[in-house]
Amino acid sequence: MNGVHDLGGTHGFGPVEPEPNEPVFHAPWERRVFALNVIGGMLGKWNIDMSRYAREQMPPVEYLSTSYYEHWLYGL
Amino acid sequence: MSGHSHVHDHDHDHDHDHPGEHGAPLSGPALRAKALESLLVEKGLVDPAALDQLIDRYETKVGPRNGARVVARAWTDPAFKRRLLEDTSAAMAEFGYTGRQGENMVAVENTLKVHNMICCTLCSCYPWPVLGLPPVWYKSAPYRARAVIDPRGVLKEFGVTLADDVEIRVWDSTAELRYLVLPMRPPGTEGMSEEQLAELVSRDAMIGTGVVTNPAR
Repeated sequence: MNGVHDLGGTHGFGPVEPEPNEPVFHAPWERRVFALNVIGGMLGKWNIDMSRYAREQMPPVEYLSTSYYEHWLYGL
Repeated sequence: MSGHSHVHDHDHDHDHDHPGEHGAPLSGPALRAKALESLLVEKGLVDPAALDQLIDRYETKVGPRNGARVVARAWTDPAFKRRLLEDTSAAMAEFGYTGRQGENMVAVENTLKVHNMICCTLCSCYPWPVLGLPPVWYKSAPYRARAVIDPRGVLKEFGVTLADDVEIRVWDSTAELRYLVLPMRPPGTEGMSEEQLAELVSRDAMIGTGVVTNPAR
């Protein structure tokens, strides 16, 4: 499926911008969303393909205007 | 949670005002994350202590120092290097670096003629056991879009300029297969120990957006 997540080769997104210090998480809720995703997989509630598919169902405009862990939260 | 609608406040773009702390109202995502966690805990599906443990593991314990040890070993032990290139997952397992998001690994070796770079155009696939969780830029639209179409331009943004006759190979990671770049050992490091060499190996060098340099030169 060539949805909005399929970004390879797309023009117009500008330069890659590494951030200073590079914190692993940027808000406390990102930690919880990360762990909930991983633990769900460990419990056998879903697998990586299911969770990726769920994130790829996000409407395109929302996908591009939200952060990475918002995609994960949407998938949950 | 599909089908909902809400207004984004973009708190995540700002400098850590930690919504929800000090009595401030929770942001949209924070509120939804909290509601989900409470629900799963209430149903007995999730133990909050197990969540804490996972977060601690990936925030403070697993990271690119693991990969740097693997690279330094490959530079100093030709038999290990052979094993690493032939069966990367098994060679990583010699260090205990196994499991989640690194089950099937392939190490790709940089030479004077070939420079390798890894990306994930579809999302964020990355070798967790050796590099930890990916940085934001690796998951960002610009890197995912441009790594495969303009790798030299991307490398320039990371301060890396390669000679024109160096071939760049970009490896698009998948859920099943993850890559690790084995960078070139810098000249003048012959006398260094494995531990000293590991100190030189940056995370970006193992992604392929950096090269390893000898600080003494």
